[in-house]
Amino acid sequence: MSVLISVENLGKAFRSYPNARQRIKSWLGLPTHNVQDVWVLRHLNFEVYSGEAVGLIGENGAGKSTLLKMIAGTLAPTEGQIQLFGEVRAILELGMGFNGEFTGRENARHGLSMMGLSAEEAEALLPEVEAFAEVGEYFDRPLRTYSSGMQMRVTFAVATARRPQVLIVDEALAVGDAYFQHKSFEKIREMQQAGTTLLIVSHDRGAIQRICDRVILLENGQISREGEPEAIMDYYNAMLANKGNERHSVESEMREDGRVATTSGTGEAEITTVELRDADEGTPVEVATVGQTLELVVTVAIHDPVEELVIGYVIKDRLRQDVFGTNTHYLKAVRSDLKPGQTLNYRFRFPCHLGEGSYSFSVAAHADDTHVRQNYHWRDLACTFEVVNAQQDRFLGVAWLPPALSIEQNHGDSQ
Amino acid sequence: MTDRLFAVARYWWSYRYFVRSAIRNDLKARYARSKLGLLWALVQPLAMVLIYTLILSHLMAAKLPATSTVYAYPIYLMSGMLAWTLFSESLARGLGIFVEQGELIKKVAFPRALLPIIAFGSASINGLALLSMMLVVFLFLGHWPTLHSLWVPAMFVLTVWFGLSIGLLLGLMNVFFRDINQAVPVILQFLFWLTPIVYAVPMLPVEYHGYFDWNPVAKLTAAFQDVILYQGNPAEWHLLMIAGIALLFTALSAGLYLRVRHELADHL
Repeated sequence: MSVLISVENLGKAFRSYPNARQRIKSWLGLPTHNVQDVWVLRHLNFEVYSGEAVGLIGENGAGKSTLLKMIAGTLAPTEGQIQLFGEVRAILELGMGFNGEFTGRENARHGLSMMGLSAEEAEALLPEVEAFAEVGEYFDRPLRTYSSGMQMRVTFAVATARRPQVLIVDEALAVGDAYFQHKSFEKIREMQQAGTTLLIVSHDRGAIQRICDRVILLENGQISREGEPEAIMDYYNAMLANKGNERHSVESEMREDGRVATTSGTGEAEITTVELRDADEGTPVEVATVGQTLELVVTVAIHDPVEELVIGYVIKDRLRQDVFGTNTHYLKAVRSDLKPGQTLNYRFRFPCHLGEGSYSFSVAAHADDTHVRQNYHWRDLACTFEVVNAQQDRFLGVAWLPPALSIEQNHGDSQ
Repeated sequence: MTDRLFAVARYWWSYRYFVRSAIRNDLKARYARSKLGLLWALVQPLAMVLIYTLILSHLMAAKLPATSTVYAYPIYLMSGMLAWTLFSESLARGLGIFVEQGELIKKVAFPRALLPIIAFGSASINGLALLSMMLVVFLFLGHWPTLHSLWVPAMFVLTVWFGLSIGLLLGLMNVFFRDINQAVPVILQFLFWLTPIVYAVPMLPVEYHGYFDWNPVAKLTAAFQDVILYQGNPAEWHLLMIAGIALLFTALSAGLYLRVRHELADHL
């Protein structure tokens, strides 16, 4: 695979001058005083290979959009360099500098010209743009009369009218209705399959995991981690959950099967073992059958005084989408005033109403009904299991919701 | 090296439709939702010509040097007004282009060097509309073009370039100090009256005549008056001087652009 984007020691600073005189001095090339550089990004190094899909995640202000803008060429780097070996197209924060007074068609035409197309090429692509945008007769009305979703449709249709070698998408997928979100997602997928390299900023975990081969986590203007989407997303979520807590730690560990398990927490209470068993026989279960009654056994050791303890778990599918989650707060079984040295055994009994596939448990010990405020211990991929269908009728999906079927035939209806 | 230059040139050339489209949009955007459109660009200077002609015609006509037409004053006025409007419009285009196209600069990567070309195109089309309108009026007044009128295209381009080069430098500064945008119209108003457009230099006391040597715009209006009203040649030396100033400002604009381009988008 060849390198398409190469970022070397990249940095962006927003420079502030104490007064107008210092700025004018800088124009004349004279020495300046008290000029302050606020670094938004610094010392970034990475490469993107052709055909790859890379996700950029990070909190607001981490520098994701600034990075994308520099790669797209609308912002100039302060230091370092970006080398591009292909045509780049970007959909940044809604819009391509469209003019509200012009119709969708006029803006689309102008937008196509901005990609360096000739009049004939632009004209030839217009019908496709119109068809994809699906804004109906609004296509010939001024853009100022559009809803933001409709503007997004036209923008997206223009930006993707020709398949670029690199497509940069900044949060654009979050705008628009479910139908168009789905449609644009499909379009991005299609381009990816045709060989387009993707660079995507999104807060939608599902979208990142479905599309990306690799995820880069930006923290305070630097790359703090990069790697497999599932592992980085877990780490990121754990990091978010425990912001502002100094005692808190986040660790990632490579499991035997190659997946990375993330654990985090402040450590007052520790989830020592997590085991899935057959509820009747008490034997460990790695492969469950649809309809089997299971028991999740969670053992918690208390190391420091704990005022309030909630144990929760989420069953996730292969793509780490939540299938089902609950906790002892919801189940009205919160324990309080626990002393060091105590050990608690939680047994969650449930029928396996899951479809075929592979699932995992994320288990957490925390203080509130959510793990955001005080997280003692959180284990992703604490336990994994397969579900197979041995006894039930065939069905689709992740949930087993067996219907009782009855068919009535009315006699009077015939001919 | 030549390969690289060639590649850059080809890259720019691929954007020719964008330049055309941007010029058209620029003109359209300015007169969006108005029925008369571009005509409004002509109304302002022509209204001024009409007003001054009505008020000052008798007073001024006698004091202009001898000419072949009885409409000497209106033609004098229009020649100067043409030069002035070309200059001030081009300056305004250059001044506004970075801020007006801010959204585009922030969101789309395209060769930034095309912006002055777009400004030049849109200022020229406005100017051409005014020029043709005035030509109609001249013909109507029985003032036919002569061989000397062949100077007009060259002076036209020179004036637009001159105004634009100053405008671009101010426009770049304006991104950082928005006061410039407010100050320029005021300064232009003074400059208008310091330039012999409504009046003629011989009407003033001799001791003031020297001041006009310091006003390059006066050289431009004089050139248009020489060619259009007096049907002679302009002072070539003066035109060369204007071209020199325009070249200087173009170089200054380019130099400043290279210095601030890292910060430009951050301030839009």
